[in-house]
Amino acid sequence: MRSYSRRLLASAALAVLTLSAAACTSDKPGPSASAAPAGSTGSEDKGTGAQSKFFVQADYDAQMAMRRAQPTGSPDKPWEQSIDPQFVDTAKYKKAGPYHLCFSNAAVNNPWRQVGWKTMQAEVALHKEITKFTALDAEGKDDKQISDIAELTGKGCDALIVSPNTTATLTPAVSGACPKVPVIVFDRGVQTDCPVTFIKPIGGYAFGAAAAEFLIDKVPPGGKILALRILPGVDVLETRWSAAKVAFDKSDLKVVGVEFTDGDAAKTKSVVSDYIQRYGKIDGVWMDAGATAVAAVEAFEDAGQPVPPINGEDQQDFLKKWSDAKLTAVAPTYPTYQWRTPVIAALKILKGEQVPKVWNLPQPTITQENLATYLKPGMPPLHYALCGCENLPGYPQKWGGTS
Amino acid sequence: MRRALPIFVVLAGLLVAIAIANPYFLEPPAFLAFVKRAAPLVILAAGQYFVIVSGEFDLSVGSLITAEVVIAARLIDGSAAATWPVLALLIVLGLLTGLVNGTVTTLLRVPSFITTLGMLLILSGAIFLWTGGAPRGALSPQFRELGRGSLGPVPWSVLILAAVAAAAICAMRAGFGHTLIAAGDNDRAAALSGVRVARVRTVAFMISGLSAAVAAILLGGFAGVSAQVGQGLEFQAITAVVLGGVALGGGRGSVVAAMAGAFTLEALFTLLNLYGISGAVEPAVQGVIIIAAVALGAVSLPRRRAAAAS
Repeated sequence: MRSYSRRLLASAALAVLTLSAAACTSDKPGPSASAAPAGSTGSEDKGTGAQSKFFVQADYDAQMAMRRAQPTGSPDKPWEQSIDPQFVDTAKYKKAGPYHLCFSNAAVNNPWRQVGWKTMQAEVALHKEITKFTALDAEGKDDKQISDIAELTGKGCDALIVSPNTTATLTPAVSGACPKVPVIVFDRGVQTDCPVTFIKPIGGYAFGAAAAEFLIDKVPPGGKILALRILPGVDVLETRWSAAKVAFDKSDLKVVGVEFTDGDAAKTKSVVSDYIQRYGKIDGVWMDAGATAVAAVEAFEDAGQPVPPINGEDQQDFLKKWSDAKLTAVAPTYPTYQWRTPVIAALKILKGEQVPKVWNLPQPTITQENLATYLKPGMPPLHYALCGCENLPGYPQKWGGTS
Repeated sequence: MRRALPIFVVLAGLLVAIAIANPYFLEPPAFLAFVKRAAPLVILAAGQYFVIVSGEFDLSVGSLITAEVVIAARLIDGSAAATWPVLALLIVLGLLTGLVNGTVTTLLRVPSFITTLGMLLILSGAIFLWTGGAPRGALSPQFRELGRGSLGPVPWSVLILAAVAAAAICAMRAGFGHTLIAAGDNDRAAALSGVRVARVRTVAFMISGLSAAVAAILLGGFAGVSAQVGQGLEFQAITAVVLGGVALGGGRGSVVAAMAGAFTLEALFTLLNLYGISGAVEPAVQGVIIIAAVALGAVSLPRRRAAAAS
């Protein structure tokens, strides 16, 4: 009985490990990433560790430039704005309505994607010329999304919107769809330029840099910074940290810890409490995503300490905490309003209007000055303020809020 | 009690090591904060002890905790009035899950390992289906108070832990405890001497489910809603129990030692963190502990038995 149980336990451990490993797919760095410069040496004393394998200097430089650039179009509709657009001609796709739009969605498995998905559906409902909207959810699985895309290309779609689950694996599937139907890719990219347009906010470097620069500005020189990350090895998160690392390396701040929280509130709170105990005082907290920012703030409150400068994201729970507890905070965003843009782009393409080849959407940062604009009482705690959905029909109920 | 001695020595050693690294640790607020953080795992380990000592496993507690926290947030949705009914519901849900685990294991004779692994997958799948990975709603401040607040200087979770520990010790000293150990040591012999093994084991599973419900209330209170709150806790609880010298397969070990094992595990993690060792090594440390503790038990037990026989 005893050896039986032991074997069972070992295989259980194995099974659980395999399950959790399979649950989070991520892209391996492409060949271009290995060319990342080793120019950030001398960072050991800053405590930021080695630069990420995912860091690409050219992308970083491009995003830093875009943060300063002025987007075209009306600031009231940031989902229609674009930064440095290089327009492409779409006359060959022009056709008369009504239209059948199709969407291959990577997943709806986190609050960000849920808010985005609702926003996209509401955008579709705005346009009477879209008579049919077929969406397939890949549930976070590359193989399912590959077959979803193949299925959708055979369904007589007039345009196909793709939000890829991972970059490299989905590239052949998108390449296969391009000759049959105009393809619009958003959020994550693919390694082919065959889609008519690729829609994205500025990107992860801009997010990480905005948060780090705020701390460098607010925390006195020599201050101790704790960096909290969700997990390593995921491209979209690695870029955020690598840009923060570049900023911290140039600063007078000392990064005393870079910890992974698995996006778990209890773990975040424990990690922050440990650091408060170990160092007596933490002078700033950098986070690669806002979901557990409130837990980090609570750790300081429960320790009876003032909350140091911190960054979160545009989720309501953090914005409310920020406002209620009068925090020194900032919230870089990865706006969910980007889910509106693919629908708008698809209609432009089908009407033969020009669209940017790479549609860079502005990526606002919530600061003390504009916090009140984004704080929306009555919306659920995990709602993202930058949904761009306030004027869409069904708001706020469809997004889980009360008016 | 003598069997529990080694784990207390290890625990004391770890606490001294922490105190050397951080003298502030021994002051009441810091020490109470440590006990508060350890409380959910200690309670979970106590629950797991009942199942393990009766010769079974409960792997479902981690996802049961996640399910309970997510359900609580959805049902309470920030309303103070809903707090107490939902708390009662969580307790019932924990007992019910234990009842299902126990019934399937004892009546249908599915090995508990498979039953509770299945329950783990069912619960985590159901939660994912229901929430789509994004829990909705919010816990009320009243609910959070149990895991976050305190009565004077003493956190509520420490008081709850004390009550749970007292209840667990009483249960093990009573007739129930003796029959439970008898069932774990040799279920056929126990059955022949009149122990209703199936019923005793089912109750053990219900106690484990109950402990998961209490841990969920404390964890949800501590850090709020999260879809990852219970992840890996079943293995931490089993590690803690094994660390306390409780034999996998049942029949040997004390509940006090199992709870001390949980404190030791938490102290070990605290110490690793104090010395700046990454949290990523925690699962590896747990793995080593499980293997080492079980291997040591296998080596020393026959010798002890031989000595007793001679």
